[in-house]
Amino acid sequence: MQISTETLLQSYRAMRTIRVFEERLHREFATGEIPGFVHLYCGEEASAVGVCANLTDQDTIASTHRGHGHCIAKGVDVGGMMAEIYGRKSGVCRGKGGSMHIADLSKGMLGANGIVGGGPPLICGAALSHKVLKDNGVAVAFFGDGASNEGTTLESLNLASVWQLPAVFVVEDNGYGEATGASYACAGNQKDRAAGFGMPYMECDGSDFFAVHDTARDAIDHARSGKGPVMLHVHLQRWYGHFEGDAMSYRAANEVADAKKNHDCLESFRTRVEQEKLLDLNALDEIDASVADEVESAVQAAKQAPWPEEADLMADVYVKI
Amino acid sequence: MSKKSFRQAINEALRQEMRRDPTVVLMGEDVAGGQGGSSGVKDAWGGVLGVTKGLQTEFGESRVLDTPISEASYIGAAAGAAATGLRPVAELMFVDFVGCCLDQIMNQAAKFRYMFGGKARTPLVIRAMYGAGFNAAAQHSQALYPLFTHIPGLKVVVPSSPYEAKGLLIEAIRDDDPVIFLENKVMYDDEEEVPDEAYTIPFGEANLTREGNDVTIVAIGRMVGMANEAADRLAKQGISCTVLDPRTTSPLDEQTILECVEDTGRLVIVDESSPRCNMACDISALVAEQAFGALKAPIRRVVPPHTPVPFSTPLEKLYMPSAEKIEAAVKSIMMQKTPEVA
Repeated sequence: MQISTETLLQSYRAMRTIRVFEERLHREFATGEIPGFVHLYCGEEASAVGVCANLTDQDTIASTHRGHGHCIAKGVDVGGMMAEIYGRKSGVCRGKGGSMHIADLSKGMLGANGIVGGGPPLICGAALSHKVLKDNGVAVAFFGDGASNEGTTLESLNLASVWQLPAVFVVEDNGYGEATGASYACAGNQKDRAAGFGMPYMECDGSDFFAVHDTARDAIDHARSGKGPVMLHVHLQRWYGHFEGDAMSYRAANEVADAKKNHDCLESFRTRVEQEKLLDLNALDEIDASVADEVESAVQAAKQAPWPEEADLMADVYVKI
Repeated sequence: MSKKSFRQAINEALRQEMRRDPTVVLMGEDVAGGQGGSSGVKDAWGGVLGVTKGLQTEFGESRVLDTPISEASYIGAAAGAAATGLRPVAELMFVDFVGCCLDQIMNQAAKFRYMFGGKARTPLVIRAMYGAGFNAAAQHSQALYPLFTHIPGLKVVVPSSPYEAKGLLIEAIRDDDPVIFLENKVMYDDEEEVPDEAYTIPFGEANLTREGNDVTIVAIGRMVGMANEAADRLAKQGISCTVLDPRTTSPLDEQTILECVEDTGRLVIVDESSPRCNMACDISALVAEQAFGALKAPIRRVVPPHTPVPFSTPLEKLYMPSAEKIEAAVKSIMMQKTPEVA
């Protein structure tokens, strides 16, 4: 099925926003101005965007410590995200979450998560809500190859199958859980794991937006139609370290350079839409310029935004004490 | 109003709230039971001790969900469902099993609201059995309310009677924050008059079960009954006790505890949880900081030793607080005077 021009333009914009946002954070982090940990999603943009292009605000996602891409793809406000990462009161979580806890439930974004394997059980619950409330929604758990070995994830695959939940489990397999290779840490393979829990398995090249989009569409349609959960295995490469400051001594010297040269989702997107005459490249250049402005403004606004105040410390521990 | 057991009071609270609010769902291991069994009998157990019996029959499998023995996934699912529109009551069976799913409670449900800048509501209730006295040994007998009380974002309820259990559970289900609701397994057959209609008991308001002049006894959960028994015996010996049931350890009604200590000048705390960093320590610190001047004698804590809960009956009896131990603690401070302040 042909992807609409509007979806293509929105998706390109989202992927470019993630790229520029993350590369800017990479530079800003080095100045020491950003507190805490930052885990960058560069190189993986087509996964978040290709999946979320098939979702609406009604649908729910749960993300990971590497969550900026999922947030942007699900429509969380970029300025609010940047302010959050800078720890400012104007952040989407009022400066109380930071990079690893950005959430916006009004967008169906159930949170980045500081705990590896934290999301899949939550997504079982979100899927249960969709099922009980009969709102036709789907819940999608993004998690890495590292989290695929967490008991919470394996239990969730089982529970989702037992309860026949409208859930999609997206394994974003970038080949590394922190500094340890998936080839070492993941016994067997994801396909057999999905089969072991009685759910369909689909896979795609995560540097190809079109492949992710179409495979995710099938997975999400399957879950939405009431046929139960699906595992979607997306093969990816991350362009930066596990976190900022990671020298990546565990990766071969040419690995990242090769990924940037040969597996750049934005370049392959541009090539494809040009070859197939799907979009005017000038429109994409305009998006690039607009995104650059948006991220620049977000950074400047975040740096100038007020810090949280003393009264904020005690606020929002409970709805009502 | 009629006589109901602790078990019936909880079942009735769940049933009435499920009738009132279609977003209330139950989940847990064998909350119904029987699915996939060769007999085809549904609702075979209704909970391992029969507390949720009949609820699946009334509300169906879509609202009373049996789970695999898989605490991390379904407690996490309850948290996720609570954040996305349902009002789940998840049963953890024995609270000791929290070791399998603590992350989902401590790092997820408890923290959503704060971490997300006040933009999440997580109306989740986790019911679990606690307590020794059942020969259930070290992995099925702990009183872990201090563990949850330690975690900001959770509310922790420890009811002391059937009446208290019904009103506090309905309050818990209607509350918009995650609530840990702990039921003492030894008390399920205890009976008392319980109203037939739904009612709520607010959190953070201690219940004065007895008023006296000489000593304040603060007791948690099942210990409230023991404290009142001890107070009866002490009354016959001319010692008059106040017995205070905090009902919830988070929030804690600090004000009433302090007022009672101001009145009596003496404090005994009865807590069946392990003695280090437990509620008895917490309440001792509160009183030492804020009512030191009112104390006529040292604070006494009636608590178990710092050991796992033993299995064998005589050892378990030695381990547990009792009316006799409470009585002895009270007497020990009635004979003592406050040391002169230098």
